[in-house]
Amino acid sequence: MKRIAGILLIGLGLASFFLAEATLSITGAGATFPYPMYSKWFDEYHKKNPSVEINYQSIGSGGGIRQVTEGTVDFGASDGPMSDEQLKAYQDKHGFGILHFPTVLGAVVPTYNIPGVTAFLNFTPEALAGIYLGKVTKWNDALIAGANEGVNLPADDIIVVHRAESSGTTYVWTDFLSKVSEEWKTKVGKGTAVKWPVGLGGQGNEGVTGTVKNTSDSIGYVELIYAESNKIPYGNVKNAAGVFVKASLAGVTAAAAAKAMPDDFRVSITNAPGKDAYPISSFTWLLIPEKFSDTAKRDALRGFVSWMLADGQNYAEALSYARLPQEVVAKEKKALSKIQ
Amino acid sequence: MGTTTTTVPSAGPFAGSRSFLFRLREGDEIARLLTFLFAASVVLITVLLVYELWQGSALPRHQFGFSFFRTSAWDPVFDQFGALPFIYGTLVTSAVALLIAVPLGIGAAIFLAELAPLRLSDTLEFFIDLLAAVPSVIYGLLGIFIVVPLMRQVIQPQLKHYLGFLPLFKGPAFGLGFLTAGVVLAIMIIPYIISVSREILLSVPRDQREAALALGATRWESTWKVVVPFARTGISGSIFLALARALGETMAVTMVIGNTPIISASLLSPGDSIASVIASQFKEATGELYTQSLIELGLVLFLLTFILNGLARIMIVVTSKRGTGMVHV
Repeated sequence: MKRIAGILLIGLGLASFFLAEATLSITGAGATFPYPMYSKWFDEYHKKNPSVEINYQSIGSGGGIRQVTEGTVDFGASDGPMSDEQLKAYQDKHGFGILHFPTVLGAVVPTYNIPGVTAFLNFTPEALAGIYLGKVTKWNDALIAGANEGVNLPADDIIVVHRAESSGTTYVWTDFLSKVSEEWKTKVGKGTAVKWPVGLGGQGNEGVTGTVKNTSDSIGYVELIYAESNKIPYGNVKNAAGVFVKASLAGVTAAAAAKAMPDDFRVSITNAPGKDAYPISSFTWLLIPEKFSDTAKRDALRGFVSWMLADGQNYAEALSYARLPQEVVAKEKKALSKIQ
Repeated sequence: MGTTTTTVPSAGPFAGSRSFLFRLREGDEIARLLTFLFAASVVLITVLLVYELWQGSALPRHQFGFSFFRTSAWDPVFDQFGALPFIYGTLVTSAVALLIAVPLGIGAAIFLAELAPLRLSDTLEFFIDLLAAVPSVIYGLLGIFIVVPLMRQVIQPQLKHYLGFLPLFKGPAFGLGFLTAGVVLAIMIIPYIISVSREILLSVPRDQREAALALGATRWESTWKVVVPFARTGISGSIFLALARALGETMAVTMVIGNTPIISASLLSPGDSIASVIASQFKEATGELYTQSLIELGLVLFLLTFILNGLARIMIVVTSKRGTGMVHV
């Protein structure tokens, strides 16, 4: 009896050993914005391919870039493309480069709280830059009122709200303002955190929303998916073609399709051309090393990316992310062979 | 460090008469070594912490030098970093918190220790300990949902109306800012002051009170002129414990301070503190200089705590030289 139990135990041990060996574990870290999308994808992919398990930690874009550069994770993820210096730092450390793969798109929308105003406001890029520079200080300023005829805007001071912590959302917002305003570009610039000329800082999307909701005559910016899922009203923004566009998933995809995609996929699509394009939108990227010493990991990651580009995209809209345009998908499929 | 050196020598009355082996078998030696290691680990952790912060901030230390403490620019895009607004915010919020919490806390402690019936005192103590254990994020939420609206709609407009001529209460009432952060911090640290001060007051020897009463002092006179001065050192200790918590508080502050690195004389203005900016920016910080500047801020906070703690100790030594327990008439 004892012997049988012993044999069973050994058998069980061996089985678990081989089973454990058969599951390939891949680790990634980075952006928080696409985290709901990624965890859904990694989960679905694991169901379809039980041998591959992808663990993702949403520690922030900066952390993702740091960790993949240090080699502590197999891949990174970021809401903003890596800078030339960061790419060089990676190249110097590893002797080979790192590739960007766009996964989905997101958008940032202006939200506001003006007592008595129920209409959806139109914002020109000049008005948004002026407000965030502290130059447009009253709601009835000609720059705002000119685009909103028939709306009775008060002569009250505008209270500006921005993100307190560094975030991809701020990157997209300031990237847009840098493109539409020369003064913003030289005085403030773009980044995950900037030196704000005016305003209050709120922690996270919920902090900005909370402050805007509680403060009369305030304006802030939040991610589209956050505004959608929390039913927050948001304004229309004038795009490069001169049309006021309300942010929508289709408008974001249109912006992505309108911009020529470079070979390294590091592209900013804010203020994109095309009359349907929503101007404050951005890709979010996976950062995958060019070379893998472990071929099993390489094949698994390639497999995941090609699944993500095909079936994976169908999950995007349900989670309020905009899917990639067909042109980008085709281009990324070709780029997969660069992972060696 | 002082405590470790005093525990090390085992020159008790039996030190010579018992052999090392005997003491080892009896467990004395093992206990001594073990507890020494535990005590030493505290020093080790402190040294390691400073070393790591020092190493991790090499870049901004070389690039900015002392101007890091003097400049108020915090611009991650153009790589300009200065700690002044954060130091200012940390000090101002902590000062506001102490101004509110010290009189309230000590007053409550005196009531609980000297005037309240013991049963009531013990019941209240239970609630105070409960308050001290509430996580700070809860206090932050309390701040956002209760203190901030109250500040914006009631307290700050009133302050501006009656005291608006002072530079302390100028500017628009956002609800967020130094004052709100100070108030939330005060709510957080009051339980510490009450709890520790009450224990100290209760431990004042009975004969001190009886002597004062026998000399014809009223109950309040004996409390205020004898018991409280006797417990002065311990009460200061409770205040420093509270100050340490206020200086390093992160979550509750970042939720209500407005997160804007500016130096303003007005308490209604939004600001930022060291702990708050580290917590909110470190996660997504990119670029060596940016990350290392945040680490240097950590070093600055450490130094600030160190200096304030040192000053506090000096103050205790100086005041206790005048004689604790002496009645000043």
